Order: sequence, then structure tokens, then C-alpha cells
Amino acid sequence: MKISFIINGMSKIIDVEDENTPLLYIIRDVLDLKGTKFGCGKAACGACTLHVNNEAVRSCSYPVKFAEGKEIITIEGLGNRAKPHPVQQAWIEEIVPQCGYCQPGFIMATAALLNKVPRPTDKDIDNNIINICRCGTYYRMRKAIHRAAELSAESSSTSFKITD
Amino acid sequence: MATNKNSNKGVSRRKFLVKGGLGTLGVLAVGTYIFRNPIRRGILGKVNSLEMPYTDNTDKPMIWFEITSDNFIRLHSPKMEMGQGTFTGIAQMAADELSIAMHRIKVVHAASSTGNVDSFATGGSTSISGLWQPLRELSAMLRTMLLKEASHKLNLDIDQLIVEDGTIIGKGKQLTFAQVADGVDEWVVPDSPVLKDIKDYKYVGKPVPRIDLEDKVFGDPIFGMDAQMPNMLYGAVVRSSKIGSVFVSADSTTAEKMPGVVKIIHEADFVAVVANSMIEAENAKNAIEVIWESYDNLNTKDIVEIMTVGNGSSTIIQKKGKALKEKDNSLTMEFRTPIGAHAQIEPNGVVAFVKDGKAIIKISTQVVGLTRKEVAQRLDLDVEQVIVEPTFLGGGFGRRLHTPHAVQAALMSKAVGRPVKYFFSRKEEFQHDMFRPPTHHVISGNLNEEGLLNVLEHEFVSGDVGNDSALIPGFLPPIIGADIGAIRGGFIQYTGIPNFRSVYWHVDLPFATSWWRSLGLLANTFAMESFMDEMAIRAQMNAVEFRLRQIADDPIGIRLKNVINAVTDKAKYSENIVEGRAMGLAASIDANTPCAQIAEVSIVNHEIVVHKVTVAMDPGLAVNPDQIRAQCEGCVIMGISAVLYEQMFVENGELAPTIYGPYKMALMKNAPKEIDVVLLQGKDTPGAVGEPPLGPIGAAIANAVRRLTGERLTQLPLKLPKYI
Repeated sequence: MKISFIINGMSKIIDVEDENTPLLYIIRDVLDLKGTKFGCGKAACGACTLHVNNEAVRSCSYPVKFAEGKEIITIEGLGNRAKPHPVQQAWIEEIVPQCGYCQPGFIMATAALLNKVPRPTDKDIDNNIINICRCGTYYRMRKAIHRAAELSAESSSTSFKITD
Repeated sequence: MATNKNSNKGVSRRKFLVKGGLGTLGVLAVGTYIFRNPIRRGILGKVNSLEMPYTDNTDKPMIWFEITSDNFIRLHSPKMEMGQGTFTGIAQMAADELSIAMHRIKVVHAASSTGNVDSFATGGSTSISGLWQPLRELSAMLRTMLLKEASHKLNLDIDQLIVEDGTIIGKGKQLTFAQVADGVDEWVVPDSPVLKDIKDYKYVGKPVPRIDLEDKVFGDPIFGMDAQMPNMLYGAVVRSSKIGSVFVSADSTTAEKMPGVVKIIHEADFVAVVANSMIEAENAKNAIEVIWESYDNLNTKDIVEIMTVGNGSSTIIQKKGKALKEKDNSLTMEFRTPIGAHAQIEPNGVVAFVKDGKAIIKISTQVVGLTRKEVAQRLDLDVEQVIVEPTFLGGGFGRRLHTPHAVQAALMSKAVGRPVKYFFSRKEEFQHDMFRPPTHHVISGNLNEEGLLNVLEHEFVSGDVGNDSALIPGFLPPIIGADIGAIRGGFIQYTGIPNFRSVYWHVDLPFATSWWRSLGLLANTFAMESFMDEMAIRAQMNAVEFRLRQIADDPIGIRLKNVINAVTDKAKYSENIVEGRAMGLAASIDANTPCAQIAEVSIVNHEIVVHKVTVAMDPGLAVNPDQIRAQCEGCVIMGISAVLYEQMFVENGELAPTIYGPYKMALMKNAPKEIDVVLLQGKDTPGAVGEPPLGPIGAAIANAVRRLTGERLTQLPLKLPKYI
């Protein structure tokens, strides 16, 4: 069957035999976007986190059929070297990654959190950022999340010319 | 400039070969090798203090540097980047000695085809310390060669030339390294490298950002799991969920007819599926009926029973003075640590392509050389015909110090004549891990009139770490007599005590245990430093004073005292409970790097909460202080995960759990909000960084809990009794 969606701003029509195929496999193996990672296949680690209609979704356990007509953003579409997303910028400033494998999932989870809660407290971060990082970069991530919130606020206040 | 004092035993004895390469202007390749006998590492009593050298074992020229036409330098790293920051550290070292901006150095993993692979492994916290001398010498050598050639091309004396950011300048004329290298067929190789003074370095010693930062933040396809080849298929190997299973036979008639299946492969020791997609391979794999020969059902209690001091054979690894004869007036305590999983997020995976007597293996591995050898042996190829192309590792932690799944993927590829990608499911990762072994410790001591230890004895039993490892040649363990991994951290570091001994016991387990970041250090330090704290309490002495007074004044003892003093000052150590929080202190020496930590702990809703950890470490010269801090922070958090939450069980012959969540690990909410790191420099060369900070964390937390609650917790993961 055919499934259509928008991914990183581009319309795609995918032909799948099994509509229950996890979205992650389509993204990695069919669309060849390797930034979204496979970690556990059971939505337990968050390495495969991406956005579907601006919500964080663990794509290893998200049947592709549910993506029909929706808008997907992966790490490749969040920002790039020329125009990093505030979360990516904050991650660079705080030198967060070690091995780096889980980082796209955390960055996507953080970007989704900031969409909902622009100034998260430590408690908000503890309750919402529940991916697993084996290298133990949580300490720098927390700093980077607060920094990303600042950067987002700065960029939105610039674009809307809001002054205090 | 300072002349290198070691030049007579360093790089100058090696042959140099400089040749042009495809798309490159000059290649510095080095023949022969700096081999130092690995047996030396194993000399008992010194294992804790020795740092492992860089070893390479090929007699073929090895490519280290390539100069590209846009005046960049490609540095082929024999060490893998697995998060520890090695690529950044070696780029700093090379940039300084070459006099080129760091952004002009591109570090790549050396493939086995270039020969520049470490014969041993990426592990043991040795990458920066081991490459410190040879890499700087090679870089200085290349700079000197470029200067000589530039002098010839510009018709100026060498002392009229200076090097600035990859450009050689003199008398108003200049040439980039690339322009110097262009068209050169024969290079003049200097006799010995002349190294710069360390104080003249621009990058070494500075907290420069990781060079792989952007690749990792923008999601570039850099990992083994991201590797692919044209026309690639997917493989899956049937694995038994029971411990100790031996493959007997398989019926694959149903699986053969399933959608997407290309071929079922029957080998003597395994059966595998090759299919068009990963999911089709997995589905067909599950339809294969396999007969296994398995052990009788085992449970965790059986493992605990086996893993008890007094079982198996023993080796005294350290001894001074008299043994404790009378147990009167002495304290004896027992400690236990569980089976731990590596649980790295990137599953083990590989892409293999075998055709026309050649094999290409793309893999995240810590052992390029071993992987190459195993594929060559099983497929009956010359090692030169096996090209291992290592990728970035989505976590190493020791899990990739044996990667025999490369052999299985190679056999699958050979059978279908196409590239095959094969990776472990998460269940397979958990059940077929090579685990951190469980341990048991019996520690005894008695105090003299001054309240100091008169005798201290540590007896411990551990599953294998290095003994049964593919990485260690089989003849070594009998020579050494003790497992070089299991005994890490098992030595008495308070050598001011008049009588002490440490005894290692060996027993065999029915499942594989192996290298887990810091090896025996985590378990041994938890036990030893918990016991020391208990003795300090018995002696009614401050925990800092109790330790400092029993450390000998030898060089490593002085460095250990310094980190204990530094952490005490920084954390303002106090044995008072303030606002429900208590502090716990612990210290360890690993691979010649002393580290001390203080954990600030409270109990919230019956859970142990670690609010702050202060770390003082002396890794010697800090090539990149920021990345050393990152390793300390990471070790603290990985350590908290291991000592508060992680535990594998054996249930009816199966290792469990098989998924994150049930295998509980530290999340963001469990990480301390503050981690304060103090770095000391007690020696003038870089030392081990990536593992030593895992030592103290367990006891630091347990000691804080003891002071807070009066309870001495003696088992990992730490669990409060119900009444607290």
C-alpha cells in the first residue's frame, strides 16, 4: 500500500508491503536518513526519537501507517551547520556528545519539549527527557537544555521585536 | 626547541616511507614498529601502576598522514573514537607539532589496509597516553621533512624559514604544505625528530571543543549501524536464549519459503538467514527450529553460590608482613557485586562483503586487528585480503573488544555473493553480552592502639575479565596466574599499613564475562573503600585523616594523598549531616591515575539521591582538560547507574532482563545536578583518563549512606533496607 507524508519539508510517497512496518525502518533503510538511530526496537531507549506533527515519537515502535498525511521532522531536518536549531547550537556550546549515538534522539526530544514548555524547569526536564545515554552526558545535557531555552527565547524575541 | 631525549629509542630507528597516494600529495608512512612486550604489563603487583604503551605489530608501512591538495592533513588514527575524545586529543597533538591550525586536521579511522592499526585494542584508557610520544615524534618528523623540501624549493636555508598554519614562509616567499609536497618523489628523512617545548603548544593543554561535535549534533551517518554498501542484504543469526547452549541442528523448511528470504545458511556452529530487509530476516529467523544442547536450568542463586571466596583456585597478588592470624579484635566484612551489562546504545553490527577471495568488513569495533585475523582464519583468506574499515563506535565500554559477528556476516556474504548487514537485536545484546563479572569480597582488618590498621586483607573472587578473552593470548593467563582485568583495583593502596595482602580467587562461570569499562576497579574499589570507611568509623577518626595516615610516601602515594586533599578542600568535606544530606569519600588508583570523589547524598521517598559529586583526579598532563572533565562526569553517571540500579539476573537458565527499563539504568532525573571536577598534574606526561573515575563512586555513595542512616550497604546495586 501507498503511504504519503511530508518529511523534512519534502513530500514522499512510500510503497510498503506491511503498513505496520516501523517508521524507523522506512526512514533509515528506504529514505536513507541515518541520523535517527536504532537502539532497542521497543521504544525503551529513545534513540529513534523524531517529530510527527511536532510531537516526539519513538519511531521504532510507530507503524508507518500512522504517518499518513502527517509532517515528520528528523535530526537532518531540524537544523544544519549553516542554520542550527537552538537545541543543536546549545549542544555545540556545551560540548555535550561523547560517543554521540543517542544524541539525535535527545536533541529531538528536547526540541519537542521546548515547543510545549519554552522555559522548562529541572523538574520538567526530569519528567520529559527520559531517553537513555550510556556515556552519561546527562549533566551537560541539562545545561544545554536550559541554554537552548535561552537561545530560543532570544531568537523569538528578535524576530518578533519584543522588548522587555 | 628542545631535543627529544628519547629519540634514540623512538621514531628514529624506524624506516620511513613517503609516497604519493590517490588524490593526495604526500603520505607519511612508517615501517617497523614500537613493540613492547605485553607480558610486561602483566607483572603482578605492577598492573595497577603500569600504563600500557601504544603497540603496533605490522612490518608493512603504515600511513599516518596524508596532505591533500587543499592543504588539509588527513590523520589516520590507529585508535577508535568511541566517545572518549581521542580524535580530538590526537588532532591537538599533531596540529601543535605540525604548526597547522586544528581545523586543517581531519582525523579518520585507519583501515587495516593502510596497516596503521593498533595490534592490541582501543581500550584500557591508553589511547592518548600511548600515542603521546610516537604521534608527536611523527608529526615533528613530517614538519622537518616539509621544511627541508621547502628549503630546497624556495632556495633558502631552513633557519630562514618559519611555519605558520600549514604554510612555510621565508624572505617574502611562501608555500603551503600542499605546494611543498606537490611533485615530490623522494623525501629527505631526518635522523631524529625535534619536538617543540610543551609551553609553546597552542592546542595541547587547552579545552578545545571536540572535533566530532558537529557530526554528532547534526546526525551524520558515522556509526557502524549506518554503514552500507550497494546491493546490500540483511542477515540474522539464530541465537539460543539459554545459557551455555551449543548448536546441534536446525530445520529451516518453513523459513525458506517466507517473504524476502534470499538464503538460509547452515554452518557447523550456527544457522543464519539472509533476506531483503532486516524485518524479513528477523521474521524468518524466528521460524527456524533449532536443536540446542543446553545447561541444566540455572538461577541467580546458583551463580552467587559459585561466586564465593574459597571456591576455585587462589593467587596471592600482593603481600607485605604477616597475615591476620587471629580474627579477635578484627572486623571481617563481605561485599558482593552483580552481573552487569554493557548496554551500549548502538547494537553490535557489521556490514561484510566477501567476493573473489577478498573481504571488506565495515564495523564498530575496538579490535581491528583481532577482527581481521578471525575473519581471515574462518574464511581461509590471507589477512592481507581482509580489509577492516572501522567506524565511529556508538559506545565501546569494552563490549567491542571481541567482535566475532564479523565472521558470521562474512560467511553470510560469501554464501550470497552480496554485501550483508547484520546486527544484534536488543534481546540478543542483553543475553549474549560479555558481562561485567559478578564478584564477592571478604575483607578483614584490625586496628592498633593509635586507631590505624595493623593488618588489612582483601580476598576476592571474580568471573573472568581477561583470562578467557580472545584479546589475550592463551599462554598468558597461566604465566600471570591471575586475571589482569579482574585484579584491577584489587590491590591495597594503603601501603603504609605494616601487614597486608590481597588474594584473587578464580572460578569458571557458565556464561561469558569480560571487559566492562574499568574492569575490576568498580567492584574492588566499592568493597575496599567501603571497608576503609567502616574502619575509620570504628577508629573514631575522620575518614580523610584515617586514609592519609596510611598511604605510603612513595610517588603514587603522594599523588593519591594530593587528590584526597584536593577533593576534601573543594567539596568542603564534613562528617556532619546538613539538611538531610551526608557526604561520602572514596579514592582509588587505576593505571597510575589516582582519583578521589565525594558524593553528597540524601534519602528521598526511600530512594538514594545523589545531589552532587566532587571529583579530584591526577591524570598527569591534561591534553584536553574539557574532555577529561567530560570523562569524569560520564564515569560518575555511568557509575551511579551501575551502583544504584543495574543488575542482570539468571532465571531458569536465561539471562534477564532483555530490554532497557526492566534493566534499570540511570536517567536524566538520576544524574547529579552538580559535578565538580578538579584536575591535578602530578606527572609531566598524559596518563589514563577514561576509566579511573569509575573507581570511587560506588563507595563514595555507600559511605554517605552509612553516615546518613547508620546502615552499611555491602551489595551492589545499593538498596536501602525497608525500615529506612
